[in-house]
Parts: sequence; C-alpha cells; structure tokens
Amino acid sequence: MRTLSLWSAFLVLFSIAPWAQADQVHVAVASNFSGAMKSLVEQFEYQTEHDVVLSFGSSGKMLAQIQNGAPYDVFLSADQAKPMALEASGEALQDTRFTYAIGALALWSSDSDLIDQSPAALLSGQFNKLALANPKLAPYGYAASEVLNAMGLTESTQAHWVMGENISQTYQFVASGNADLGFVALSQIMSNGAVTNGSSWLVPKSLYHPIRQDAVLLKRGQDNLAAKDLLAFLKSPAAIETIHRFGYETE
Amino acid sequence: MFSEADLIAIGLTLRLAFTVTVILLIIGTPIAWWLARTDSWWRGPVGAVVALPLVLPPTVLGFYMLVAMGPNGYLGQLTQALGMGLLPFSFWGLVLASVVYSLPFVVQPIQNAFESLGNRPLEAAATLRCGPWETFFYVVLPLTKPGFLTAAILGFAHTVGEFGVVLMIGGNIPNETRVVSVQIYDYVEALEYGQAHILSIAMIVFSFLVLLGVYGVRRHANVSSLMKARK
Repeated sequence: MRTLSLWSAFLVLFSIAPWAQADQVHVAVASNFSGAMKSLVEQFEYQTEHDVVLSFGSSGKMLAQIQNGAPYDVFLSADQAKPMALEASGEALQDTRFTYAIGALALWSSDSDLIDQSPAALLSGQFNKLALANPKLAPYGYAASEVLNAMGLTESTQAHWVMGENISQTYQFVASGNADLGFVALSQIMSNGAVTNGSSWLVPKSLYHPIRQDAVLLKRGQDNLAAKDLLAFLKSPAAIETIHRFGYETE
Repeated sequence: MFSEADLIAIGLTLRLAFTVTVILLIIGTPIAWWLARTDSWWRGPVGAVVALPLVLPPTVLGFYMLVAMGPNGYLGQLTQALGMGLLPFSFWGLVLASVVYSLPFVVQPIQNAFESLGNRPLEAAATLRCGPWETFFYVVLPLTKPGFLTAAILGFAHTVGEFGVVLMIGGNIPNETRVVSVQIYDYVEALEYGQAHILSIAMIVFSFLVLLGVYGVRRHANVSSLMKARK
C-alpha cells in the first residue's frame, strides 16, 4: 500500500514537473522597480498562461547571487553595468539586453510644505539630515551625488548625509520623518501618475546621467518560453504605459 | 592591511561595544537580581520581555526603533523635548538600540549566577550584620564573578556582531554609525571581496577568541569551585 502511494506520488511529480518548468519564470528584480514589476506581472499573467516568480533585492546582491548559481531566468537590474558584466562572462545571453526603464530622481520630504517643487530647501541648508542611497552601491545614490556635485553642494551638505544601502532604505529614512529630505526614485513616491504624499522636486535631467536600467536573459532561461515572452512583453505598448505610470521613462 | 576607513570602523565598533557593555552591566544587574529572587507574578512576563531580542528578527527591532525614535514616535518626541534632537543616525541611537538588543545576553548569565547562589550566603552575611550593599559587594559579587564575566563578554561580543538593527537605524555615517559589520556589508555589495575578506577574517578570529574566553572562564570557575569543595 505504502509503495503504491509512493509510486503514484512519483508519477504525479514527473507528469507535472516538465509542464510547470516550461511555464514558470524566475525573475531577479532591482528593488526600485518592485512596484511597477508587480503591476506588470499581473497584466502578463492575465494575458498568458505563464507563472512569474519575483525576487527583489539590490542589483549588487542579485549579481553576486547569479554569479554563484542562483536559479534566475531573467535579471532586471537597476543599472547597465551589471547586465553587461554578466554578458561578458557568458552568464547572460548575447543580444538579449535592452533598457526596460530610465529612472528619474526626486528630492522628497514627507512634510508636505517643505519642498514646494524647487531646490530652495536643499540650498537653504535648513534640514536635519539629507538621505541618499550609498553612491558606491546604488545607481540612484550615484545620481544623487552627481546632482549635489553639479549644484556645488557636496561639501556643505556632507555632514548631514545619511546613506541607505539601497533606494528602498533611503525612502524609509525620509518616510519615517527621521531625515527631513532625501533623494529617492520618482517611482517610489508616485502612484497613478502623481506624487500624492509629502512634497517633492523633480530633479532636472541635466544634473545627472540618465539612470538606464537594463534587463537581460540569463543562461538558465535560454530555453524558457515564459522568460522570452516576459522580455517581449516588457517592450509592448501596454507594458510601456504601465512603466510610465510608475514614474519611469523608456527609450 | 586594514584601510583607514576600516580602522575607523573598528575603533567605532569597540567604542560602541564598550559603552553598551558598561550600561548593560549597570542596568542588567538589578533586573537579573529581581528576576532571580522575586516570587511576583510579573516574573514570567518580565523575563519574557528581556528574552524577546533573542528571538525577534533584527528587522522588527530596527523597524520599530526607527519609528519610535523618529519625530512622530514617543521616544523621538521625548528626546526632542529634552533638547537632544533625534536619535537615529547617531552614536547614541546605536547605543540605545544595542542596549535593547544585547540585554538578554547580559541579564541571563547574571541571573543564572544569582539563582545558583541560593539563600545561604545571604543569610550567613545577615547573621554577621552585613548591610545589603556590603552583602552585595563582599559576598554576592565575588561568588558570582564568573557570571558577570560571561555576561560582559557576551554583551560586548554580541554588540560587535550586531548588523541588522544598525543597518536600519544607522545611516552609514563614518565614525558615527558605520560599524565593522556594515563596512563588511558595503564591501560585499560593492563586489570588493578582497577588502571584505580581511575584515571578515578579523571578525572570525575575534569571535573565536571571545568564545574561547567565555569557555575558559566557565572551566576555570568549575575547577576553582571544585578545589574549594576538596579543601
């Protein structure tokens, strides 16, 4: 009796496994894109029969995990350098890399009167802390440091910096009110095409290099239909509309 | 071997751990005494609260500390009213967080030592007309010294090894909140594995020596009590 049930369990497993494999895609997603990605996956799963499994984290951590055999099929990075590195090492497939989103930087405060669409609060120096993501680790942090450099504020503000290890943590520092101001991703404070919470200044594009975020198909996903369909979907007009709604630009 | 930033991080970490250990020995001792000797109904709940940091993930502690110490939290409003400003992103914010986080590591060994002491030495001291303070310093403290040593070493080591809470309320400021564990994390995230190895190996050696010290203290305590018993 026992052997019989074991056998049937085996049979069920073997009959389901190939089908589940073909239809499932594991995606490593940079944390700044998590809100947009959840919404995109909802659309994608509705349109197709595929099943998408998402893992969020900092791009640096994702890169290290992929290099050490993490089971991801697709990688949505917060920059271009990391997908390129995977391409060069053969861990990502050639000619699959593209820019799925271009991030925008915003100066934000949870106090609805502090900023008022201008950098005046930043220039005045009248704030307790200025939160930014660690420029060494996070593309949005690097962009923030470029902005401060361009405005000549690096030295005068440095004593007030508090650095998040990624952009989500930076958001947390400002949202909890512990830092008066912070450079966050526009996507974090935008819902349905508008900034609803606190006050903000959309940093002019001339002050920092565009934050181009690239996606790439990983070696593990080379025969995965769902992975290819997902990458194609990210370039579709419907997906692009969603991506814009979350505060990103596209090419 | 170590970069200048590493040395600053090491210095800060030792300063933090030392401050926290001193504070914990001062506030942990009465708590441990009360827990060891009371018959109150509160013993269970207070003991459980003291032990909470053992089981709670650092994310829970870090998240609530960030909220509580923020401008809208009770602690934040208190520190602001006292003119101390806000605690997150500051050395003293880390001290407060670490005191909470390492509390059970200090209270429990002292409590165990007090419990195994029993009533007899205290009664003997009382018959010799010792006041409560005299009893504590001349009778209790010498007899429970191994417990205090273990508590101090564990409290110190646990603060050195703290990461999650610091990451959430620290803000990565050099010589203020960027401790060794955060420095290592930054190296790993930035893919600077060589630098990460140097600091990580130093941490492993340090932790091993600390634990060796703890077990050495215990063995020594066992041996010396055995010798006394033989005499």
